[in-house]
Amino acid sequence: MKSARRNPAALPAALLTAGLLATVLSACAPGAPGGTGHTSNGPGNAAASGTGSPQLSGKVTVFAAASLKSVFTRLAGEFESRNPGTEVVLSFAGSSDLVTQISQGAPADVFASADSKNMAKLQAESLVDAPINFATNTLEIAVPPGNPASITSFADLARPGIKVVVCASQVPCGAAADKIEGATDAALKPVSEESSVTDVLGKVASGEADAGLVYVTDVKNAVGKVEGIPFPEARQALNTYPIASVGTARNKELAAAFISLVTGSDGQRMLADAGFGAP
Amino acid sequence: MAALGGLLVLLPVAAMAARVNWPQFIPLITSESSLTALGLSLRTSAASTALCIILGVPLALVLARATFPGQRLLRSFVLLPLVLPPVVGGIALLYTFGRQGLLGRNLELLGIQVAFSTAAVVLAQTFVALPFLVVSLEGALRTAGGRYEAVAATLGARPGTVLRRVTVPLVLPGLASGAVLSFARGLGEFGATLTFAGSLQGVTRTLPLEIYLQRETDADAAVALSLVLVAVAVTVVALSYRGPRRTGTAAGTTAARATGGGVQ
Repeated sequence: MKSARRNPAALPAALLTAGLLATVLSACAPGAPGGTGHTSNGPGNAAASGTGSPQLSGKVTVFAAASLKSVFTRLAGEFESRNPGTEVVLSFAGSSDLVTQISQGAPADVFASADSKNMAKLQAESLVDAPINFATNTLEIAVPPGNPASITSFADLARPGIKVVVCASQVPCGAAADKIEGATDAALKPVSEESSVTDVLGKVASGEADAGLVYVTDVKNAVGKVEGIPFPEARQALNTYPIASVGTARNKELAAAFISLVTGSDGQRMLADAGFGAP
Repeated sequence: MAALGGLLVLLPVAAMAARVNWPQFIPLITSESSLTALGLSLRTSAASTALCIILGVPLALVLARATFPGQRLLRSFVLLPLVLPPVVGGIALLYTFGRQGLLGRNLELLGIQVAFSTAAVVLAQTFVALPFLVVSLEGALRTAGGRYEAVAATLGARPGTVLRRVTVPLVLPGLASGAVLSFARGLGEFGATLTFAGSLQGVTRTLPLEIYLQRETDADAAVALSLVLVAVAVTVVALSYRGPRRTGTAAGTTAARATGGGVQ
């Protein structure tokens, strides 16, 4: 009888290796290099975009909706290179997550929401100053590369056998999808209603779903992974993005300067490049 | 320090309980979507626990009783889901059982579609819960040792009889607590399910996914449902720790019964 009572020393080592692997994976957050829209460093230009004060320094913490991730990463780089000595700390999550964090006292200086509804929650609690709308976004159909199910219109999504993934009604992208569905005759039977647009995109990019409803900007960010199919009905649901300075901001001046960059001409051009519409 | 450790776990749960909107508690947790999610969670967790037992018992036996090259590596891999972020597990499952995945493509040809089905939820739960069963059972097997099995074998019991009459009864408490822990882990599974199975009411939206979604609009409902999940998990875990009582003492008689009672 083999009564193997071996020293299980392999266990801690294995756990450690796996833990390291997990750390490395989660640390691979993309950091896009800043400065794409960096045309001029002249003092006149800086003044025009509201970042003219030469004394700007310190740290500004920006909480922004997940869909703003790539463009705000570029904007933060731009802000830091225009204002040496400043640092922009970015935190991205679903707008409602960020609202919960801010109302529980998270140290945010600026909040950029993916919809007015979530901004209104903070306004109701008097936690933010008057918001400014800075961008809009519309839905687009995302399909896996090659469009295997030959989707060409919104009505195609209702075809039997088509696996469509949408956001749940509780989140902004799902509310927009509902609105469009209500305005058309197409009755979608989604195979999944996700909690975030990222999850919808993931299901489409991996080929699990034949199509998904995501934002125009998401398709633009996922070049090569999904193809976008614009549809005219999307105009029924326009999503407006507001930005505001948080009432408890430690560095009001810096918060205001960052908002000026976003709402100024250079920021607007960078947002347009990322696929966002004008407010 | 022990008190501090206890507080670290207890305090957040108590803080959450304090936030429950008690007058609305019953209506919040008995809404149609909540009940559907709870039912789905219980059914899928039961199915994944059964799957864990079917797959985990042979695995634990091999790890505890046999010696072969690569055994340490096999154990490390079996334990991997314990330390992997569940979302990584979900991605791995997606590339295995998804429509474009390693096995999924062939399954699709056979007309079997795992994607967006309740089966996908069960698979995700089994993936994350299996190590709990294997670890519990392997520990019980090692504690029991091979002596009684050896005695039974020398008394003429065939390997099958030894397994059935000696090994299994000896480690039954370990198996039971392993199964209960797997059930609890399956009940709480979120990340892998979200990544791999999707979220649709009555099909793939289990209680944790329902809580995550409710939180977007109705914090009260999310808190109430969280408390339900805590209550179910506490009950299940408490049940599992009532088991291990009759381990060593019964072993001798078990070995005796296996061989027709000729040990003494």
